[in-house]
Amino acid sequence: MKTPLIEFCKVTKRFGDQTVLDNVDMSLYEGEVSTIIGKSGVGKSVLLKHIIGLLQPDAGEILLHGQPINTMSKTDRKAAFGRISYMFQNNALFDSLTVYENIAMPLRHTTRLSRSDIDARVLERIRQTELEEVTHKYPAELSGGMQKRVALARALVTNPEIVLFDEPTTGQDPIRRNAILSMIAQYQHELGFTAVLISHDLPDVFFISNRIIALYDGAIVFQGTPEDFDDFEHPFRYEFIRSLETLQEELTGLYTRRHFKTRYQTELNDNPKFDDFAMLIITIDNLTDLQGELGHTAVQEFIQTIGTFISKHFSEVGGFSTRYSFNQYTTVLPYADMDEARSLAQNFAADFIRNGIPQMQKFVFTEMACKDAVAVTMRAGVAPGKRHVEIDTIIAKAESSQETLLEFNASCKGRET
Amino acid sequence: MPTQPTPPLNTPGTDFAGALLRTTLNPMGKIGLSFISHLGAATIFFTKAAIAVFKARQLPSIVQQIYYIGAKTMGIVVLVAIFTGMVLGLQLYYTLSKFGSVGVLGSVISLTLIRELGPVLAAIMITARAGSAMTAEIGIQRISEQIDALTTMQIDPLGYLISPRIAAALVSFPLLTALFDMIGILGGYLTGVLLVNGDPGAYLYRVQSSVEIADINGGLIKSLVFAVIVSTICCYQGYFTHMRTDARGSKSVSLSTTSAVVQCCVCILAADYIVTSFLM
Repeated sequence: MKTPLIEFCKVTKRFGDQTVLDNVDMSLYEGEVSTIIGKSGVGKSVLLKHIIGLLQPDAGEILLHGQPINTMSKTDRKAAFGRISYMFQNNALFDSLTVYENIAMPLRHTTRLSRSDIDARVLERIRQTELEEVTHKYPAELSGGMQKRVALARALVTNPEIVLFDEPTTGQDPIRRNAILSMIAQYQHELGFTAVLISHDLPDVFFISNRIIALYDGAIVFQGTPEDFDDFEHPFRYEFIRSLETLQEELTGLYTRRHFKTRYQTELNDNPKFDDFAMLIITIDNLTDLQGELGHTAVQEFIQTIGTFISKHFSEVGGFSTRYSFNQYTTVLPYADMDEARSLAQNFAADFIRNGIPQMQKFVFTEMACKDAVAVTMRAGVAPGKRHVEIDTIIAKAESSQETLLEFNASCKGRET
Repeated sequence: MPTQPTPPLNTPGTDFAGALLRTTLNPMGKIGLSFISHLGAATIFFTKAAIAVFKARQLPSIVQQIYYIGAKTMGIVVLVAIFTGMVLGLQLYYTLSKFGSVGVLGSVISLTLIRELGPVLAAIMITARAGSAMTAEIGIQRISEQIDALTTMQIDPLGYLISPRIAAALVSFPLLTALFDMIGILGGYLTGVLLVNGDPGAYLYRVQSSVEIADINGGLIKSLVFAVIVSTICCYQGYFTHMRTDARGSKSVSLSTTSAVVQCCVCILAADYIVTSFLM
C-alpha cells in the first residue's frame, strides 16, 4: 500500500468556541494533484495552513513523510517546510516590490545562488507564466489574473516538492480559471511536485486532479478519485456541487461527466427502445504544443470553442456530449448505428472546417504569428453501444478505434487538410 | 480555649465592600497583567529582532531604512528645531533681561536643547513621521498575509522586517537629535541675538563654554533609549495588529497606528525622566 506523503491523523482545530476541523483524517500522496472542495468558511484554508505550519492543531497530529511534524527538531522542521510552497488566496505579493523582485525573493533570502543563477531561474518562470511585459511593474499595476500568475511563479521558483494552492482561481473568468488550472497541471507534470489545491471550479478541476477531498461540517466526507466522486451520494453534493455543475452546463452546453452518465443510464441503459446506439469519442492531440505557442488562456478558449461546437452539432441529431478528460469529448448518438455515426463524425469535420476554424482564427488565434503555426490533429473513434454494458467499457472501445478525423494548422491563416 | 466562630463573609457590609473592591481592583488587575504581558512580549520581540540584525545580507535593508527614518525626517526635524530655538531665544531673552542675566542666554538655550528638548522633540517628530508609517506598513503587511508569506518562504519575518528598522532607528535617532540641537541653537541665535540686537560674541562664547561632553553624552544616551522605545513599540503594534480584539482588518491597522504614536509619546516622556534622574 502506498505511504502518504502528508497524513492528518484525528486533527482537531478550534477557534474559541467554534470547532473548524473535527477529527480530520486525510492522506495526500506524492506526485499527485489533490483537490480539497467544500463550501466557503468550512475550514479548507485552515486545513492547508496546518500543512505548512502556519497553524498548529489543538489535537491530533500531522505526519510528513511518515514523521509527526510536532516531534521534528527545529532544523528538520525548517528543512521540511522549506520544500513546501504556498500560494495564498489573496496572492500575498509584496506591494513595494516589483514582479521580478517578488518572484526572486525566496531565492535571494533562502539560497546561496549567484545573481546570474537567480536571474536565469526567475526569468524562466516569468516566461512560463507569460509575464514578460510586466517584469518591472508593481503588483498594484497588474490585473487580478496577472497577480495570480506572479504568485504562481513565486510559488514555483524554488522548485518545491509540495505546492499548496489556496483557491488559485478566485475572481477569474471561466477561461482564465481553466488557464490557471491548466498551468498548474502542466507545471506539476513538468516539475513533478505534489500539488494540493483548494478549488470551487467544478467539474474543471476534476480533469487535473488525481484525488478529490470533500470537507463538510469540519469533517472529511469523501476522499478518492474524481471517477469515484461521480458516484458519491451525500448531502454535500446537493448543497454544494449541484449548483456549480448546473452553471457549468449553461456556459458550454456540454454535460458534466456525472450528468452525462446519469442521462445515459436513465435514457439508454434502462430503456428497451434503444437497444443499439453509437458512442463517439473525439480526441485533440498536440494541445501541449499549442499551449507553448498560444498560451494557456487561448488554449482554454480553443477547448471551450470545440466543446461548444461538438455539443451544438450533435444535439441537433439527438446526441448528448461531455468533456471526458482534458483533451477528449464523448458523445452518445442514440438514434445512430455505426455507419451513421461515422458519417456524422465526417459531417462534423466538414462543418468544423467550414465554420469552426474561421471562428477560431477570428477569436482565438489572433495573437499567433503565422510562422508559428502548430499542427493540430483531431482523432475520432466510434463504438457500438449496448444496453446493460458499462459506459466506461464502451468509451474505452471507442477510444481504441480512433482514427485521424481532421488535421489543421492552428495559425492566424489556418489551413485545413 | 473555645474557638471564636468565623463571621460569615456574605453579610450586607462585606458584600458591598467586596463588590467595590471587585469593580475597582479587577479592571486595574487586568490592565496590570495585560501591561506586564505586553512588556514581556515586546522585550522578547525586540531581543529576537536585535539578534537578527547581525545576520547576513542586512546592510542594504538597513541603509534603505536609514533613508526612510533618517534622511526623510530631516526636513520636519529642521523645521521644528528652528522654531523651538527661536521661541526659546525670544522667551528667555525677555525673562533673563528682567534679572540682568542676558549674558547666559547661550548657556540656557544650548543646555536645554542638548540635555532635554533636542532628544525628546526629535524622538516625537520621528515617531509622528516615521514611526506611524512603520506601524501602518507592517500592519498592512500582516493583514494582507505578506508576513505569513515570509514564514512560508522560510524567511524570518523579524529579521526581514523589524531588524533593519531597529538598526536604522539606532543610527538615525542620535544623528537627528544632533541636527535638532544644532538648528535649535541657531534658531536661538536668530531671535536672541539678531532680532533683539543681543551680543553675538557672548551668545556663542556661552554655548561653547557651558556645554560639556557629559551633556552631549547624556543627549546621545537618551536618543538611543528613545530609538529602542520608538522602533520597538511601532513595529510591535504593526506586527501584532491581527491580535487586536477591538477591531479587524484596516480598522485594526488605524487603531494600531494611533496606539503606537500615543504609547511612544508617553514612553518617551517617562523614559526621559528616568534617564535624566540616572544621569543627574
